[in-house]
Amino acid sequence: MSTYSPKTTGSPGPTEETLDIRDLGFWLYLMTDAIIFSLLFATYVVMFQNTATGPLPIDVFDIKHVFAETMFLLFSSVTFGFASLASVREHKSQAVFWLIVTIVLGLGFISLEVIEFVGMIESGAGPQTSGFLTAFFTLVGTHGAHVSLGMIGIMVMIFQILIKGLTSPVKSRLHRLGMFWHFLDIVWIGIFSIVYMPGWLI
Amino acid sequence: MHPQSHSAKRLITGFILALALTLIPFAIVWTMAFPVELTFGIIALCALVQVGVHLHYFLGIDSRTPIENVLAICFAGVLIFLMVGGTLWIMFDLYERMM
Repeated sequence: MSTYSPKTTGSPGPTEETLDIRDLGFWLYLMTDAIIFSLLFATYVVMFQNTATGPLPIDVFDIKHVFAETMFLLFSSVTFGFASLASVREHKSQAVFWLIVTIVLGLGFISLEVIEFVGMIESGAGPQTSGFLTAFFTLVGTHGAHVSLGMIGIMVMIFQILIKGLTSPVKSRLHRLGMFWHFLDIVWIGIFSIVYMPGWLI
Repeated sequence: MHPQSHSAKRLITGFILALALTLIPFAIVWTMAFPVELTFGIIALCALVQVGVHLHYFLGIDSRTPIENVLAICFAGVLIFLMVGGTLWIMFDLYERMM
């Protein structure tokens, strides 16, 4: 057991080592999230032929729409990278600028996804229609919920940077949020490669 | 946080690679230029390479990544292989036997 030193007045905040441990902890969380997503992918692959009397994948997936969503997410991943870069280089206003760009691109992605979901549900292809659609809405909806949470995180980080400045805990939080955001873009690669593209081909 | 993993050059390189690996599968699915089996192969290859590109250029995974993080990703990989592989094996075996 290491000796525990209580926080004294004027403590400089978490040490570099503590922040590294938090990075590892967040990394472990991302791995558990990866397991959740891969099992939702497995469920989708098992279920996608079970269309019952409902529509087939090719009837409900629109390639242009999905391409636009993919571009929004890929560009937002790069703009978040620029925000991280600015924070490492202590450029406060640049970091805030790139985070705002990221959130605008994220909103573009979520808006397209909501339009897609609402359109499908209105045309009778809601999640209760068939096993295929249940698995589709669960997988893509879980990803969308993660992106929405990430955008709330970005908003919180914008305020933290503006109010607290680029202190080392704030930079560390921004770094972990960046890991989360890039991870979601990786999951999206799986979604367009396993869900949408085979849907157009089969 | 490694300073080397935060450079504009690295980000732009990653972005160009990721963009190319996204455009290729969308283009071949859009044009239907190849037979279905080959198209599936190209989609799978592009996706796997792109996951690697994202991990390296955006998440900063390289030879200087702490061993704990690498072990965690390997362990998650084993769990995913067992659970996803097992699920697909059992369910498609069942599907064939029910035909």
